[in-house]
Amino acid sequence: MKAIQMEEVQQALDSFANKEVYVHLETTNGAYAKHFDKNAYNVGAFIRNAKVSFSRAKIVGAESTYRIGLKMEMGWIYAEGVSDWELNDEGQLLLAGHDAQGRLMVALQISDKPFRY
Amino acid sequence: MQKHVVVIYPHPDDESFGCSGTITQFRKEGIPVTYLCGTLGEMGRNMGSPFFANRETLPEIRKQELLDACSVLDVQVEMLGYRDKTIEFESRDEIAEHIKTYLEQIKPSLVITHYPGEAVHPDHDAMGAAAIEAVRKMNPEDRPVLWAQAITNDRYEKLGNPDVVRDVQDVFDTKMKAIESHRSQFEGMLNKFKQSPEFLGKNKDALERFYYEEFYTWKFE
Repeated sequence: MKAIQMEEVQQALDSFANKEVYVHLETTNGAYAKHFDKNAYNVGAFIRNAKVSFSRAKIVGAESTYRIGLKMEMGWIYAEGVSDWELNDEGQLLLAGHDAQGRLMVALQISDKPFRY
Repeated sequence: MQKHVVVIYPHPDDESFGCSGTITQFRKEGIPVTYLCGTLGEMGRNMGSPFFANRETLPEIRKQELLDACSVLDVQVEMLGYRDKTIEFESRDEIAEHIKTYLEQIKPSLVITHYPGEAVHPDHDAMGAAAIEAVRKMNPEDRPVLWAQAITNDRYEKLGNPDVVRDVQDVFDTKMKAIESHRSQFEGMLNKFKQSPEFLGKNKDALERFYYEEFYTWKFE
């Protein structure tokens, strides 16, 4: 993955609009957060292969990280803290945010085909 | 002397961080060791430091790291095909039956797994519980000895002292080589150990906590 270029990411997001796509969305601070610091709190959520369609997608800059919103007929998909992106060999758009040690903190991924499950 | 040792954990790298010293000592005695690895750690958040993996490439990368570590440790590995973070939601009984098919074939004299409820990660707790259930389902006269590994910070208060404590400093180089085979994972984990406010002052060097491997011999009713 590489640092986000807004125009390129916007173009990639647009290419998935108005059709059936598969979304992977997750955020996590790791299963060991509380183990390593008793004052921490483990949080995480993911949904893999949600079949959705969105009419509009937009990436908005917030200094080094970005927010992305996907507008669906009956609701929204939202991710904050996204910093890196890749369009992989299978045409899947991968977006993620990492901490200074390279650990994943948030991911939003869009694909025409289901992600491996 | 053991005849065959089976290690049952959910993630690639659990074997290296958890009991690779003990595995190496058994292998030096010529005892076969098989690792039943539950998942490919698909949902891990360490992506390398600096990161080189992503959510979609991580499973294949971790599979290769697992094969590399098992090559360092000279153990057989079987991948059970479950998915990271989901073991606790599967049927424990089905996983136990699945594990039992391997145990009946291998006929181990010793099984090593996580101590359910004292293993921090929900996958560790669930895989440990299924492994123990698999052994419990066997005929009592065929059951291997079972060592359960607890890793919670308050394990001594809750369980007392472990009855099996193995000094693995004589094979520490191999243990570190196995840990470092997990290239996408080990730096992130070691940094966590080094920086953790729960561990500071407990060991002069964060690595010293890897000098000993501890287990509780499981008692079946």
